[in-house]
Amino acid sequence: MHEAPLLRVRDLTKQFGEACSSCDGGENLEKNYCPTCGTVYACQNISFDLYPGEILGIVGESGSGKSSMMQCLYFDSEVTSGAVYLDHIPALAGKNVFALSSQQKRAIRNQQYGMVYQNPIRGLKMDFSSVGNIAEKLIAAGNRHVGDMEAVSKSLLEHVHIPLFRMKEEPRNFSGGMQQRVQIAKALSNNPPILFLDEVTTGLDLSVQANVLDLIKGIQRDLGISMIVVSHDLAVIRMLADRTIVMLNGSIIEDGLTDQILEDPQHAYTQQLVYSLL
Amino acid sequence: MKAKTHFAFFDEGSKKEIRRALLKAVAIPGYQVPFASREMPIARGWGTGGLQITLSLIGKQDVLKVIDQGADESVNAVSIKKLISKTTGVRLVERTEDATLIQSRHRIPEVPLTKNQILVLQVPMPEPLRGVEASEYQTKILHSEEDYSGAWLQLFEQVMKYGKTATGADHPVYVNGRYIMAPSPIPRFDNPKLHQSDALILFGAGREKKIYAVPPYADVSSLAFDDYPFQVESFAGENCHLCGAENVFLDELEDPVTNETIYQCNDTSYCLERLNENEEAEVRKTYA
Repeated sequence: MHEAPLLRVRDLTKQFGEACSSCDGGENLEKNYCPTCGTVYACQNISFDLYPGEILGIVGESGSGKSSMMQCLYFDSEVTSGAVYLDHIPALAGKNVFALSSQQKRAIRNQQYGMVYQNPIRGLKMDFSSVGNIAEKLIAAGNRHVGDMEAVSKSLLEHVHIPLFRMKEEPRNFSGGMQQRVQIAKALSNNPPILFLDEVTTGLDLSVQANVLDLIKGIQRDLGISMIVVSHDLAVIRMLADRTIVMLNGSIIEDGLTDQILEDPQHAYTQQLVYSLL
Repeated sequence: MKAKTHFAFFDEGSKKEIRRALLKAVAIPGYQVPFASREMPIARGWGTGGLQITLSLIGKQDVLKVIDQGADESVNAVSIKKLISKTTGVRLVERTEDATLIQSRHRIPEVPLTKNQILVLQVPMPEPLRGVEASEYQTKILHSEEDYSGAWLQLFEQVMKYGKTATGADHPVYVNGRYIMAPSPIPRFDNPKLHQSDALILFGAGREKKIYAVPPYADVSSLAFDDYPFQVESFAGENCHLCGAENVFLDELEDPVTNETIYQCNDTSYCLERLNENEEAEVRKTYA
């Protein structure tokens, strides 16, 4: 059991605001912000590893910094400080990915990462066909062959159960669950080793939720993709995640195997969270 | 009261600012240089970008030709010519070969341009990524990071919808292997003329306040997929019903009497010159 982690996150910190003498370095905070200057410390010294083929759950209440962390990892927003290592790429071994140029970050995003946002509007172009949306990611990764891209898109859409006769339709005509499934197909199109899922089932009804979760579980089983799943829904985490991290006010307060955390929570907040599960 | 205008309408300070933008545009082929577009006596969107470039470049020795979609005598071309000739007094011509400065809307002349000529094209929409990204802030980032998946995506969508890349005009091009550029709404037929051109080609977008350029002998390639190669409009088997020209860009017209489809040269000066040549040849034959 000495597998090398795929993704190593070290001391990721994200703050909004300039900080002042009273809160410098994250001291004297009220929850996650400084009452004196109003600086918000969204993520404070977050460190964790993601191993090949596992699903890592991240759970916490609204405002605990889950999404801020995801956005930093996917380069949607700049980190304040911290490091991420992708040691499986020989050229990047030992290099902090956050310190690379924006072109290099874009290349990593296009070739190593897939992202499924909570709101499909962020992940899809609603006025372009579903095939086009999937092809966009392939084009970004360097494909210039229409026939190839169409074939890949078709097989992916089939995989996520979108009827092929609707493949040239714009996602704006689709139901929320279908949009979410197109988004998953798009994220998978370039076979990324790492997939980020940000509250993917929030806002979907129960049967559609089950459908999407089934799909995610199937993808992990069949393709062995590593995933980071952010959710405030413990049921989702229980079903998907092998390991879980609990966040509160921008910090990790507990981490371990999912079963362990749900059956035997140690931190007071985790206990409260688990017992409030209906 | 009628004030005497400065040579070429602009004050020298304005010309200097536009020339500086032009120099930068030539130095970075295909890059859109922002400039302070002036208020002109014609409405924005009617060629003010091209007009401003022409006015900032023109000198007393220049010979000017203005084209509007291939025609020398349409309203837009004529009023631009009037304004420039009234404020500069330069000679106006229709023959492409005689001109040193050519301002054009949506066509590159049929007669190949030379290294002594400058072509100024009027541009309505300078941003090739606007169709996928509404924000100027974002498109600037995309250009800087050379992320052109949006431009390719637009072509991909056309293939999905129509089975081929269906840009009627303004088919995006890669300039000097770096920037993707909107070549202004010239037909695809004219795209190959941008590649390794002998003449300097300048683009002015007055409403969008951008200037860009293709310097002479720069590489320009039209975007195309591996399995859907770039194709120009085909007029195979058709020729101009007036001068008989083939392999030129033809307008499709309907004969008002017979209701038949007829074709005619889009470049009027080229057509007229061929007609004159044909007539001279005929006259010579009858007297010989």
